[in-house]
Amino acid sequence: MKKTDSPDELRSLARQCRIDIIEMLSRAGSGHPGGSLSAIDIITTLFFSKMNWDPKNPAWDDRDRFILSKGHGVPALYAVLAEAGAIAKEELNTLRRINSRIQGHPDRAALPVVEASTGSLGQGLSIAQGIALGLKLKKSPARVYCMMGDGEIQEGQVWETIMSGPKFKLGNLVAIVDCNNGQIDGHVTEVMDLAPLADKWRAFRWHVQEVNGHSIEEILIALDKTATPTDQPHAIIARTVKGKGVSFMENNIGWHGMAPNPEETARALEELRQR
Amino acid sequence: MNKATRDSFGEAVKMVGSTDPKVVVLDADLSVSTKSILFAKEFPDRFFQMGIAEQNMIGTAAGLAFAGYTPFLCSFGCFLAGRYETIRVSVGYSRANVKMVGTHSGLGTGEDGYTQMGLEDVTVLSALPGLTILQPSDHLSTVAAVRFAASHVGPVYLRLTRQKLPALYQSEHSFQMGRATILKEGRDIALIGTGSMVHEMLAASQLLQGVNPWIIDMHTLKPIDRSLIKSLGNSCKWIVTAEDHSTIGGLGTAVGTALAEMGASAKLIRIGVEDRFGESGPASELYEKYGLSAKRVAERVRSLL
Repeated sequence: MKKTDSPDELRSLARQCRIDIIEMLSRAGSGHPGGSLSAIDIITTLFFSKMNWDPKNPAWDDRDRFILSKGHGVPALYAVLAEAGAIAKEELNTLRRINSRIQGHPDRAALPVVEASTGSLGQGLSIAQGIALGLKLKKSPARVYCMMGDGEIQEGQVWETIMSGPKFKLGNLVAIVDCNNGQIDGHVTEVMDLAPLADKWRAFRWHVQEVNGHSIEEILIALDKTATPTDQPHAIIARTVKGKGVSFMENNIGWHGMAPNPEETARALEELRQR
Repeated sequence: MNKATRDSFGEAVKMVGSTDPKVVVLDADLSVSTKSILFAKEFPDRFFQMGIAEQNMIGTAAGLAFAGYTPFLCSFGCFLAGRYETIRVSVGYSRANVKMVGTHSGLGTGEDGYTQMGLEDVTVLSALPGLTILQPSDHLSTVAAVRFAASHVGPVYLRLTRQKLPALYQSEHSFQMGRATILKEGRDIALIGTGSMVHEMLAASQLLQGVNPWIIDMHTLKPIDRSLIKSLGNSCKWIVTAEDHSTIGGLGTAVGTALAEMGASAKLIRIGVEDRFGESGPASELYEKYGLSAKRVAERVRSLL
């Protein structure tokens, strides 16, 4: 894997991952394109630029960890892991198939490189906090990134962790909220509005930044700011577009949990290849 | 020496913490009750006070396990089992090396009443693949169970009492995970108990003149000792299980399932809390009312003859 800080190279990697996401979901015949496409620019930037990890040595003690708390977005993670060489590209063909290591939602027992088994929303930030505590306890320089969905934050457990993170002075913990404003029953703002989200995290004593979650430049700057030594845990509120990169999926909640048919797949891939 | 198994836990986890720096402890504002405070005072850097937020405690413990630590998380059994979905995914499915300590098991909790009593915790948690469930019955077996939990790789649920229990064992070596302890050999009737009910069964056998029952301490509820159940099921006329827990899904259910599957000739009687809620009262009076006291157990056994 070649790491890069170049926004153009990261954009190109994210575009390839979007193609992989559409192809794997199309082959699987089910899954969640909307939230995978909204998260992919951030995940790509983490794994190819800012995270200290080695795809060939995924159990390395001092690696930075990434917890995908919004487990349904896992095609984005599988695409990045395959692009980085942590899993074989051909393995993406087995998504959601029987006996596959790449389950419909991440399973760390089958595939340890995904770090946490998620899919029951609201649990990932607690796990990330526990890892961050453990790393701090053993004086490891490693950092923990946890990506959540905005709808996911409706779960009460998330607020328990938002409450506890500052108490434990976890400057090595970075929560990233993929705010695509979509959840199964409608817009987050209608189902259960979270506003003012950044103010809420601030009130709980987190260091908060707001970014455009599709601007590689803004993501890079925000992640750099989380590297400053501090006792405060970090939250990045990323404004994103559900289905980003495929015009007919963008902001269409119907694409939360539906795979494209062959005709839609062809249209999506054509758009992505022309970007 | 009478001692609540929660007290034994507090001492034991401090003991394992002194030899194993990987042992960490979490509590959710009940450290005074679960006795994890004994560890907290000795090892403040390895103790995490999580406040009244059990789900976050469970997930945080899973994360600590992923970072290489051996976390013991503590609360009342009912409050842990109530967070089943978090345990199911963050601990169970994740194969997290987390030790869950649930105190205040059953009616023995007493005056605080039903909401503080772990009465369905085994029912709920025993459905999780790979989870070991232990319920020691005295001080030394609790120490042995804590030592086992600390060295075992995989999730463990330790079910402990609020009330004091008499000493039963002379050494920790009498506790062997997965192998029930035969306290007394007998004939025709086998009394299989767990936790506090082991003592009620022993006392009941004193009241049963002319009856010579087997008395078994089933301290490991999962995986249950099927080979012993099998041999007793073939040699006895009656198997009587006793647990301070719902009879739906606990020890009685596990023993009954094993007996039915092997086509045993023995008939089964399950003593426990029979599809009802608990209530406030002194533990001894609750045991009497709900049929768990030595006297009520003896009466039940005598009615079989």
